[in-house]
Amino acid sequence: MQPAFSVIFLTTLIGMGQGLFLAIYTDQVYSLLNVLPQGGKSQFYAIGSGIALILLSLGLIAAMFHLGRPERAWRAMTQWRTSWLSREVIVLPIFMAFLFCYGAIHYLEWNIQLITIGAVVIDLSVIIGLFAMITASILFLSTGMIYACLKFLQEWHTPLTVINYVLLGSASGFTLSTLLAALYSPQSVNFYAGWTIVISLLAYLFRYASLIRNKRLRPKSTVQTAIGVRHTKIKQKAMGFMGGSVNTRDFFHNKTKTTILFIKHSFVVLVFYLPIALLAFFLLWGITDLLIVALISQSLGLIMERWYFFADANHPQNIYYQSIA
Amino acid sequence: MTQLALVIDLNVCVGCHACVTNCKEWNTSGAAGALADDRPYGEDPTGTFFNRVQTYEVGEFPKTETIHFPKSCLHCEDPPCVPVCPTGASYKRKEDGIVLVDYDKCIGCRYCSWACPYGAREIDEHQKVMKKCTLCVDRIYDTNLPETERKPACVLACPTSARIFGDVHDPDSEVSKTIRERGGYQLMPEWGSKPSNHYLPRRISHYKIHPDELERADNPLKKEDYQSPDLSEPSLDDVTSW
Repeated sequence: MQPAFSVIFLTTLIGMGQGLFLAIYTDQVYSLLNVLPQGGKSQFYAIGSGIALILLSLGLIAAMFHLGRPERAWRAMTQWRTSWLSREVIVLPIFMAFLFCYGAIHYLEWNIQLITIGAVVIDLSVIIGLFAMITASILFLSTGMIYACLKFLQEWHTPLTVINYVLLGSASGFTLSTLLAALYSPQSVNFYAGWTIVISLLAYLFRYASLIRNKRLRPKSTVQTAIGVRHTKIKQKAMGFMGGSVNTRDFFHNKTKTTILFIKHSFVVLVFYLPIALLAFFLLWGITDLLIVALISQSLGLIMERWYFFADANHPQNIYYQSIA
Repeated sequence: MTQLALVIDLNVCVGCHACVTNCKEWNTSGAAGALADDRPYGEDPTGTFFNRVQTYEVGEFPKTETIHFPKSCLHCEDPPCVPVCPTGASYKRKEDGIVLVDYDKCIGCRYCSWACPYGAREIDEHQKVMKKCTLCVDRIYDTNLPETERKPACVLACPTSARIFGDVHDPDSEVSKTIRERGGYQLMPEWGSKPSNHYLPRRISHYKIHPDELERADNPLKKEDYQSPDLSEPSLDDVTSW
């Protein structure tokens, strides 16, 4: 498939925004249950929510560039019964709305205490945050399933697609939250750094699993099934036209094998090895600049990872477009 | 339930592209707007076509067969392009099973072209909506046309009658008969999209010619009572005066 940068930016930015919110909310829930020190973190939560909202908005704007007719984009919400893309388009604004409320409550310190169970005080932001977390999870699932539900794109048709999207989005969000914590809430920075390492390691495991799986894939479609002629040696002599068409432009990345391998190895280093190492060093020596490098490395690496994810898929229609003349 | 479709006979297709040009002409001059056609006589032509004819070579040179392969939207019974459309622009008609795109709803997100394993859907670069073969739905129901011309443009254009149009769910229709009798098959059946367009396979007829069929056993020139004239005798040319 030809990777479209608008979709690459959409998925990475949204993933990071969701991951950031999940990091903040986990911190709040842990504080609630007194696992972490409480208090004084409202402004930090507000800043985090604000940045997450900015990321999500930027992602949404990037997505608009991908459409041929963006003025009709509202119609994309109507087919939620069958289309994962439609479900994503519905859930994304709902999540942003909950996130906005969550951030606003923390920023304006409107935290009304609702229920008290023993020593645990559940306030309004916890409830709003719970709804936001549920919609963020549905958003992760919907975005991953857009790609995973296409059963003949064998590289994508696996639960690993959704799992990887969740873990990578969470990892990038947690890395960003670690940096923000170092700046605005130093007492919880080790909590964030630790969890970032755990999630990044999990993401590495599952992404590696999908790389191995895709390497071993045998295509189900061959030129024999494509034209229905049963002979071992079939070659296309002409695709019927000499100029390009959507079929020759949109479905192949047009890069050399060397470039693809370079991108694959680069993203593994930039998304996993380098940030995990830098975060581990941070936990040992506490230098904040390491976090900035980790964030830049992971973000750049994630763009490459998304690009590779798209380029990796072999669409069976390519069988029909092999030779010009 | 009616399912209109095409049956394409690979045995007689000669790859003339008449169906391609006729389809493009009909759909460019129709009510739905022109198809993209950039730099057609220039250096880097490109455009939107609903139907394309490809050529494949089977076997290894010099023992090869050339197969010309027209491909357009196969109007699948279980179309993968319909459930993925977020706006509902991509739909399958209940009354005749034709899969269509509503150009007023389409947002050009290209998700349906990802979802089609045959590469039948193209985005029109100028109108920015997805377009595909409509099975000439504007021709087949047009009462202003004579009955015999209410067929898709490609079917009428084919000089070798390689394209047949009809209802594949009706066992008595011409298309169903040809599929049954000549082993019509679907493309890429492994994905379960159940395409309605079928293809008839190549079949070369071999005739065994026996040597005694070439020469008659009772050759009248060799009958006993016939004698060829003696060459020393004068012929008519010697006797007649003209």
